Amino acid sequence: MEYLLQQLINGVTLGAIYGLIALGYTMVYGVLGMINFAHGEIYMIGAFLSLMGFALLGALGLPVAVVILLVLLAAMIITGAWGWSLERLAYRPLRGSPRLVPLISAIGMSIFLQNLVQLLQGARVKTMPPMINGGVEVMQRASDGFTVTISYTQILLWVVTVVLVSIFAYLIQNTSLGRAQRAVSQDAVMAEYLGINSNRTISITFIIAAMLAAVAGCMVMLYYGVVDFYIGFLAGMKAFTAAVLGGIGSLPGALLGGLLIGLIESLWSAYFSIEYKDVVAFIVLFLVLLIKPSGFFGRPSVEKV
Amino acid sequence: MNRMLRELGLTAMIAAVVIVPMFGLHLDSENGFLEISTNWFQALTFLAAALALRATVLLSHKFPRPKIKHQAFRVFVDNPEWSVWAGRVMIVIAIALPFLPFVDRRLLDVATLILTYVAMGWGLSIMVGMVGLLDLGYAAFYAIGAYAFSLLAVDYGWSFWAALPVVIAVCCLGALIVGGPILRLRGDYFAIVTLGFAEIVRLTLINWQSLTHGPDGVTGIPRPSVFGMATFNMGEEGLPQFSDWLGIGHDPMQRLIFMYLLLLGFALLVMLLIGWLRRSTFGLAFEAIREDEIAAQAMGINRPVMKLFAYVMAAIIAGIAGAFFAARQGFVSPESFNPMESFIILSIVVLGGMGSRLGVVIAAMVLIGLPELFREFAQYRMLAFGLALVLIMIWRPQGLLAHRRPTQTLTVDKD
Amino acid sequence: MALLNVENLSMVFGGLVAVDGVSFRAEEGKITSVIGPNGAGKTTLFNCITGFYRPTSGKIICRTHGRDFDLTGMAGHHIVRQAGIARTFQNIRLFPAMTVYENMLVAEHGRISALATLNPKRYAHEVAKSRALARSWLERMDLFPYANSRADALPYGIQRRVEIARALCTSPTLLCLDEPAAGLNHTESEGLAKLLLRITKEFNVSILLIEHDMQVVMNISDHIVVLDYGRRIAEGTASEVSMNPDVIKAYLGEDAHAA
Repeated sequence: MEYLLQQLINGVTLGAIYGLIALGYTMVYGVLGMINFAHGEIYMIGAFLSLMGFALLGALGLPVAVVILLVLLAAMIITGAWGWSLERLAYRPLRGSPRLVPLISAIGMSIFLQNLVQLLQGARVKTMPPMINGGVEVMQRASDGFTVTISYTQILLWVVTVVLVSIFAYLIQNTSLGRAQRAVSQDAVMAEYLGINSNRTISITFIIAAMLAAVAGCMVMLYYGVVDFYIGFLAGMKAFTAAVLGGIGSLPGALLGGLLIGLIESLWSAYFSIEYKDVVAFIVLFLVLLIKPSGFFGRPSVEKV
Repeated sequence: MNRMLRELGLTAMIAAVVIVPMFGLHLDSENGFLEISTNWFQALTFLAAALALRATVLLSHKFPRPKIKHQAFRVFVDNPEWSVWAGRVMIVIAIALPFLPFVDRRLLDVATLILTYVAMGWGLSIMVGMVGLLDLGYAAFYAIGAYAFSLLAVDYGWSFWAALPVVIAVCCLGALIVGGPILRLRGDYFAIVTLGFAEIVRLTLINWQSLTHGPDGVTGIPRPSVFGMATFNMGEEGLPQFSDWLGIGHDPMQRLIFMYLLLLGFALLVMLLIGWLRRSTFGLAFEAIREDEIAAQAMGINRPVMKLFAYVMAAIIAGIAGAFFAARQGFVSPESFNPMESFIILSIVVLGGMGSRLGVVIAAMVLIGLPELFREFAQYRMLAFGLALVLIMIWRPQGLLAHRRPTQTLTVDKD
Repeated sequence: MALLNVENLSMVFGGLVAVDGVSFRAEEGKITSVIGPNGAGKTTLFNCITGFYRPTSGKIICRTHGRDFDLTGMAGHHIVRQAGIARTFQNIRLFPAMTVYENMLVAEHGRISALATLNPKRYAHEVAKSRALARSWLERMDLFPYANSRADALPYGIQRRVEIARALCTSPTLLCLDEPAAGLNHTESEGLAKLLLRITKEFNVSILLIEHDMQVVMNISDHIVVLDYGRRIAEGTASEVSMNPDVIKAYLGEDAHAA
């Protein structure tokens, strides 16, 4: 019981990170109808930039809260610029091509970014000492003293996720951006005729997606403190699974899917086998696509005749 | 002019934000301590390069240049006579290669590796080029073939030629089981799921230690015999050594040459198979599915079965290539089959032009041969692959997807 | 029994009833037309007949070469190969990067069984036969000069004809045409009407036609079925249908009578 509770807490934390990345997949899919295969790499870049931020600011002796806030902001802005450039250079020239063309370009970009970071920052794993120590003890098992704790980092991660997701959700639902996104996703050409700058809408979508990925990257640095150039691949695949599970194109679906994938992964590692924990996400992806490709909240797609 | 300056200013701003931190700062975590060093020169160089590139693009919009180079390229690639002759010359060179005086062990070994990739590139081009399905997990069957042979040979003492039919059967069965359900998926989902499948295979190879020997891989894989008549393996009972069998002096090159010729034979078989497929009614069905699935069904094509057929054939080719790979190396480990492997084969197909047999050969020589022969390029190899995929999609996707020669022509005879 | 018998056919998408208990027959050697305002369910009906949708309820029986086929639940490619029903699409669906001749030859795949490819002699024979067939349809449809051009490089009107010729290469008994006159000018649609008559009379292929061009429909149809909101509201010959008050109402609106 106590052990289960601890796994649930860890699973929700992991799920929040997947959810943040999954939002990026789902938003881009919602607007462009393409899988931004390089999104995992954007998350990896966000994690690297956060680590640089912590390394630079950590030495100045500022209060921890200020450091985290500054790093988060800087990482979001710079990663946002990476996201914008990615779209501008690798996807915009391909507007209106057959479906597989942007997908191949995205795979190319994913390989490119991964290897670029490897060349620039080296292949070795980078680690960071924890910034925040300690946590809240929730309960203790009488028999052997196993304590269920929520670390302060976990609490911070939940709060940041909820606050930032709420802000972006508000932006998307209640400003003209959301309307423009829906219009572009329905018919980009018609949206242009109606005075919507579809290129700008798509760019903003990529920037927001990258910013959320940067938040995930920053949180991962605080939570695990480990990064290398390869983390984007697995995290990206799992987050994509989350987006599909929730129903691709649906924002609440992405968060719910992320939470579920996080929970499944942490419970699976705890109770079955830690070796196969990465396999589980792929199997979930198989099953969802085969049984209910529209996920929880997605619209079923009918083959157009 | 003003507009151009404004554009350049904007580019400079964004490029600075993108480039300066990632290129200017270097992280190192030496024994647990995080260290950060700066390299502003590198950052500024790349920033200047980005600006120069942007300026060139802006200028080229202003002065559109004639497309002579492009035309010349097309004449070379699309001219049937040319490519047929180039293909024939290449086959002759390939057969003569091991006997040329300047060819040493290393070159022959690289050539053998290239042939493995050429065969796999052709195999994958059935899926990507003909049927139009992006298979990102092609290395899965490469791995299954390599492991099926290695485990049979090392743990059960099977010979290469006895194991080969089993390899084919395993790949065929695997492709049927996996392909049946996933080929129903839409194109982009199919691509991701195949990638997931390859990861499942790789993680299983790492973790199912009792079957696969785990992350350390399988060692001591025997070489294929000369079709059961002579052997290259030292101390193997029952078969004469190759040099004794022929009554010639012993030379380690003989084994390499035999391996090379085996791979060449396999590649040529695959080439003939692809050629036959393209001209046959199956080729028409595949291409019809690629062009318009709905219309293909309306013409009486059994979509699921045709896709499965292509998938199984591609899988068998990869499996045989895997068995050859294992036999050539004498060693396999799960890391030889990571996702990058699938992407390398995909790059060969995409760069080579998705329908072109000759293109795949040239792409395999460039993508596999160059980095193998010039080690200093090796670390930039994947970087260049990634960039090349993007650039090709931007500049010449029509050349890869649709620029094809008719496989059937109607000859007009006046009667 | 007629060539095609549609009985009480319904197709529901989610909550939307696209086809609602429609019954009609298409006789052999005749041109049967299905007309109705936009959104009446004509194309959905077609998709049910040709196996792209599985109808929610009802029956579609096709009698081809003396055998009865129940098309509901039959795989799409079997409907083409065994029941002999070929179709064209409202928005032309050629294989764009392939030549006209190759487009025709795709039918060859459906005709030659997989086993036949293992027997080189029989295979060569079958291939020669279907190539001769493709050639003869190209000639009969006046498409010979375009045989080796890419399908997407041709003018719209020619593409329409190519699509009909391609469907005929499957040697159908019933040819289903989804708005073949759409986008054609007056002369072209007159040519099309003549062509359709030739296909039924001379080449012995029955036609099921969806069409908005009333001139084409009224001139060539033997039998007309009128759909509105997924229901059959009238049926009969051209003159019967055009007199029918329900049809006039459906096309001109509620006030037509008053006016």
